[in-house]
Amino acid sequence: MALGGFPALAGVDVLVRSGELVALRGANGTGKSTLLRLCAGLTPLTRGSASVLGLDLATQRDAVRSMVGLLGHDNGLYADLTARENVQFVAQLVGAGPSDVDAALVRLGVDARVAATRAGALSAGQRRRTALASLVVRRARLWLLDEPHAGLDSTARSELDGILREATRSGATVVYTTHESDAIGAHIPRTITLANGVVARDIAARVGIAQSEGVQSEQPR
Amino acid sequence: MNTVFAIARKDLVIEWRTRTLLARVVPFALLVLVLFAVALDSEPLILRAAAGLVWLAMLFATMLMVQRSFDLETVDSALDALIGFVSSPSRVFFGKALALFVQLFALAVVLVCAAVVLYGARIDGSGVVLLVTVLVTATLGLALVGTLYGVVVANLNGRDSLLPLLALPVLAPLLIGAARATEAAFGSDTIDMANGWAWAALLAVYAVVFGSAGAVAFAPLAQSDS
Repeated sequence: MALGGFPALAGVDVLVRSGELVALRGANGTGKSTLLRLCAGLTPLTRGSASVLGLDLATQRDAVRSMVGLLGHDNGLYADLTARENVQFVAQLVGAGPSDVDAALVRLGVDARVAATRAGALSAGQRRRTALASLVVRRARLWLLDEPHAGLDSTARSELDGILREATRSGATVVYTTHESDAIGAHIPRTITLANGVVARDIAARVGIAQSEGVQSEQPR
Repeated sequence: MNTVFAIARKDLVIEWRTRTLLARVVPFALLVLVLFAVALDSEPLILRAAAGLVWLAMLFATMLMVQRSFDLETVDSALDALIGFVSSPSRVFFGKALALFVQLFALAVVLVCAAVVLYGARIDGSGVVLLVTVLVTATLGLALVGTLYGVVVANLNGRDSLLPLLALPVLAPLLIGAARATEAAFGSDTIDMANGWAWAALLAVYAVVFGSAGAVAFAPLAQSDS
């Protein structure tokens, strides 16, 4: 996997099982975001092999995209639509109904006042919640979150952690990136550290891991 | 088709709220027509150039509308999310092109009316049918090319200046065809109706070609790394 002639990922060999909650850490430029975009089917695989939810990333990217929800550094919201309209728009795209929108907003703690506010006027935390509600409404089986805690206060961070744990309890797999300097909570079952485009460390608690296909990526060094 | 309409509706709702077309693009396009009239300062010349001036103003306005359309998608990386939410990225292409078509068609109607008022252009019964056909096919071509080139420059620095540089040469055949066919619809004695219909048919082919190209090319262009 090369960007601008330099290998962004140069030997990542990792298996994530269904229902796992995985923190991907590393300094800037170590390939965390590239790995997420690759797994989301947004960046083509140039070398090596990878499968997501049992689908080959080299040949089935469209199918992968339909089952994966990626939340990048930005929230992907339209500033001139309200929070509810943003989630409703996603619901229309994925064939979900109005009740799914309501349920997602409630689950993410987006109250009626916030839901009726244009996304451009929301706080960072409220925008993050709205973006996460979009992932919920689309029933993504794999959540890929790029530094989801960035810009959130400690309360919002704790709430986000709760949301992510709840997502894994309901069957979703969650992989999120976090900056090297961020504190990694003891509650994270597994932490993978990337350095120079390769896996430098993979610390996994051997509990609570469901057996199923998840994310598998192997790239030649 | 629901996905295409949902994306088009989203763009039109945002346009309705922000009034970009009404507040910026329509005044700009009308100003172009007025300034050309002042600059030419010759009634026969203006009358002969009316059709070309209308479509030149449409081309400039299209650049503004396309930039606005893709600004919506790049400000909060919404395009990435959008591509992730749809099973086929070509639906994003057609959805955004549809919204652009609706807005540009409305603008084209305003500009033709302005040409009638400002330049004294005349449209008779048979000319109306040709004019409507030209408005639909040429505007569709503008929307499809605009959307295709909009995504090409969406993630580039200096996209505001790159878009016209890349798109205007490609739109030159459309400008010629639309101007000639509209001239026929305006009852010009330099081109007859039969020729006007031939140009309109060419515009339809142009729209089909760029619609097909956009359907194929939009996905790799939208997902290119930046």
